[in-house]
Amino acid sequence: MSLYRQGKVPGSFYDGYGQEAVSAGAAFAMAPEDRLCILHRDLAAHIIRGVTPARILSQYMGRAAGITRGRDGNVHFGDRRLGCVGMVSMLPDMMLVATGMAMAFKLRGERRCALTWFGDGSTSRGDFHEAMNWAGVQKLPVVFVLENNQYAYSTPLDKQFAVDPIERAAAYGFTGVTVDGNDPEAMFEATLAARRRAVEGDGPTLIEAVTMRMHGHAAHDDMKYVPKEQVEEWRRRDPVERQERRLRELDVDVDALRAEVAAEIEAAATEALAGPMPTADDVLDGVFATEAEPLGDGQAPWSGYAKAAAAGGDA
Amino acid sequence: MATLTYLQAISAALRDELRADERVLVMGEDIGVFGGAFKVTDGFVAEFGNDRVMDTPLAESAIIGCAIGAAVVGMRPVCEMQFADFISCGFDQLVNVAGKMHYRQDLAVPITVRLPSGGGFSGGPFHSQNPEALFMHSPGIKVVAPSTAEDAKGLLHAAIRDPNPVCFMEHKHLYRRIKGEVPDEIYETPFTARVARPGSDLVVIAYGAMVEVALQATADLDGASVEVLDLRSLVPLDEAAILDSVARCSKVVIVDEANMTCAAGAQVAALIAEKGFEDLDGPVVRVATPDVPIPFSPPLEQAVLPGVDRVKEACRDLLAY
Repeated sequence: MSLYRQGKVPGSFYDGYGQEAVSAGAAFAMAPEDRLCILHRDLAAHIIRGVTPARILSQYMGRAAGITRGRDGNVHFGDRRLGCVGMVSMLPDMMLVATGMAMAFKLRGERRCALTWFGDGSTSRGDFHEAMNWAGVQKLPVVFVLENNQYAYSTPLDKQFAVDPIERAAAYGFTGVTVDGNDPEAMFEATLAARRRAVEGDGPTLIEAVTMRMHGHAAHDDMKYVPKEQVEEWRRRDPVERQERRLRELDVDVDALRAEVAAEIEAAATEALAGPMPTADDVLDGVFATEAEPLGDGQAPWSGYAKAAAAGGDA
Repeated sequence: MATLTYLQAISAALRDELRADERVLVMGEDIGVFGGAFKVTDGFVAEFGNDRVMDTPLAESAIIGCAIGAAVVGMRPVCEMQFADFISCGFDQLVNVAGKMHYRQDLAVPITVRLPSGGGFSGGPFHSQNPEALFMHSPGIKVVAPSTAEDAKGLLHAAIRDPNPVCFMEHKHLYRRIKGEVPDEIYETPFTARVARPGSDLVVIAYGAMVEVALQATADLDGASVEVLDLRSLVPLDEAAILDSVARCSKVVIVDEANMTCAAGAQVAALIAEKGFEDLDGPVVRVATPDVPIPFSPPLEQAVLPGVDRVKEACRDLLAY
C-alpha cells in the first residue's frame, strides 16, 4: 500500500486485508499436486504455493520480474509452474476452470483435487450455478471456497441473495460448511476435510468462509457505505492478531517473527524497485502458444501437511 | 482414400484423435448415446465410453470453462456447441479465460470448440448464425472454417493438435451436401488459404459454405477466368495468399455468409485496401448477409443469404468495370 501511495503501483490496488486466514488456511491444506485458481483477495495462497515476495511486488508495480511480466496487474496472476491459474475479472469464471481440472483428475483416476476461491458477489452469476451443478452431477474432486466478506464492492449481502448461499450446496447434492473465515486453523481443518472428501471420491465441498473486507474494494474506495460499528466489530476479530495470540501461548517469539518478515518484505521491495520495467519489444508476442505445457506442481514450502501428502502420506 | 461426406470427415477426425491420443475427450450436449444433434459422434460412446464422450448439462459456459480446466492439466478437450449460435452463452469463458491465458500467464489452453454454423435450412434466428468474426476480434483464439470434406478432416486434426483455443466453424449446410476423397490417415491441413480454382480475370474470396457458392456462380461466367480463393483459416489470416490472388487477378469480390458489418470479409477488404491497392483494377466488392437476424421462412431466408445469383451478378458488374 505504501508503494501505491508513492505512485509506484500503476492502476488500482487490491488487497485482502482482513481476509488473510481464508487463503492461508485453505492453501496450507493443499498438496503440491493439487491445483489452485486464486482470487484477488488471496495473496497468502500465492506465497504458500512458493511465489517469492519480490516477484509479487514486481507484479504489483508492472515490472519485468513480475509473474505476468507486466501483462496483467496486481493479484491477477498465477504461477503456472506452481500449479496456479490466475483469475480473470469476470467472477467466478475460475469456478468452472477448477471444475474442469477436477473432471480431468477424476477421468484419469488421480488422487488430486482442485480448489478455487470466489466472493459473495460471485454467487449471483450463472457460472456459480453451472460449476456447482456440474461438480455435483459428476461428484468431482473440487473444493469451492466462498469468501463471504459482506460486500460485493458496495453491495451488501441482503441485496444479493434471499437465502444464504451455503444452503445451495445441499441443493446441488454435496456438502456445505460454514467456517469462521477469520480463523486460519478453522479454515485449514475445513479445507483438509474437504480435500479428503474430494480425493476419496466423495465429491465437492462448498466452504463458506465468513469474513470481512477491511479495506475498500480497491484503493480508491473509502468504504463510506460500511457502518463504522461493523468495521469495529470485525477489527476485534482480526485473523492475524488472533493467530499471533495463539502463537504466543505456544511460546513462539512472535516479535522476532514479525521482524524477520518485515525485513524480508523490505528486501523484496528493494529488489523489486531495482528491477526494470518491461520493454515493449515483445509486447505483441505470446498471444498464441507454440507448445502446450500443463501446470506444474506447487512447492508449498511451509506446509508440512502438503509435504506429507506429496510423500504419499495422508495427514 | 475413401469418399466421405463433410460430416463423416469430421467424425473420422474425431474418432482418429480419440484412438490416437488418450488426452483427447469430446464433450457437449446430447453427444453421448444420442450421438449429437447432427450425429457427428454417433457410435462414439460404444467405442470410447461415457468418460471420453461426455454428455454435459445444458450449460455452454460450463462446457468451455471445464474444457479450459481440463486442458491446463494436460487434456485435449474438444467441445461441441450444439449450434454455433449458443456460443454466446460460453463467450466469456472463451474470450476472457481461454483467449487471454497464454499472453498473461504463458499457460497454453489447447481446446477445440466445434461450432456448427450457418443457415440455408430454415433454422431461424437462433440456429443459423455465423459468429466467427466475434472471435477474430478476440486475441488468442484461432478460427478455421473448412469448405471441403478433405479440409474438414485435416483442419480438425490440426485444430485438436494445436496448443491454442481453436474455433472450428463447421457449416451445417455442407454436412451432407458435400462429399470428397478423404485420406484415411491422420494429416494436418495448414491454417492457410487454398486456391480452389485458379483464374486471372477476377478472384472471389470466400470460406466455408460460400466457397461452393462462389465456384458455382463463376463456373461459367461469360468465358471469364475467375479464381476462387478459399481462406480456410480466418485466424491466422493468410495475407500472402490473399495479396497474391489480388496481384494476379486485380478484381476482387469477397463473399461472407455472415452479417456484413465487421465480418471476416471486411478485414480482408481492409487488408487489400492497405496492402494491395496498387494491384486493384476496380473497387473491392463485398457480398454478405445484410445486418438482419436470419429469418425463418424459406423465401425470407433466401432473400438475405448470399446465393449463386447474387455472387454471379456482383462478378459480372465488376468484370464490366
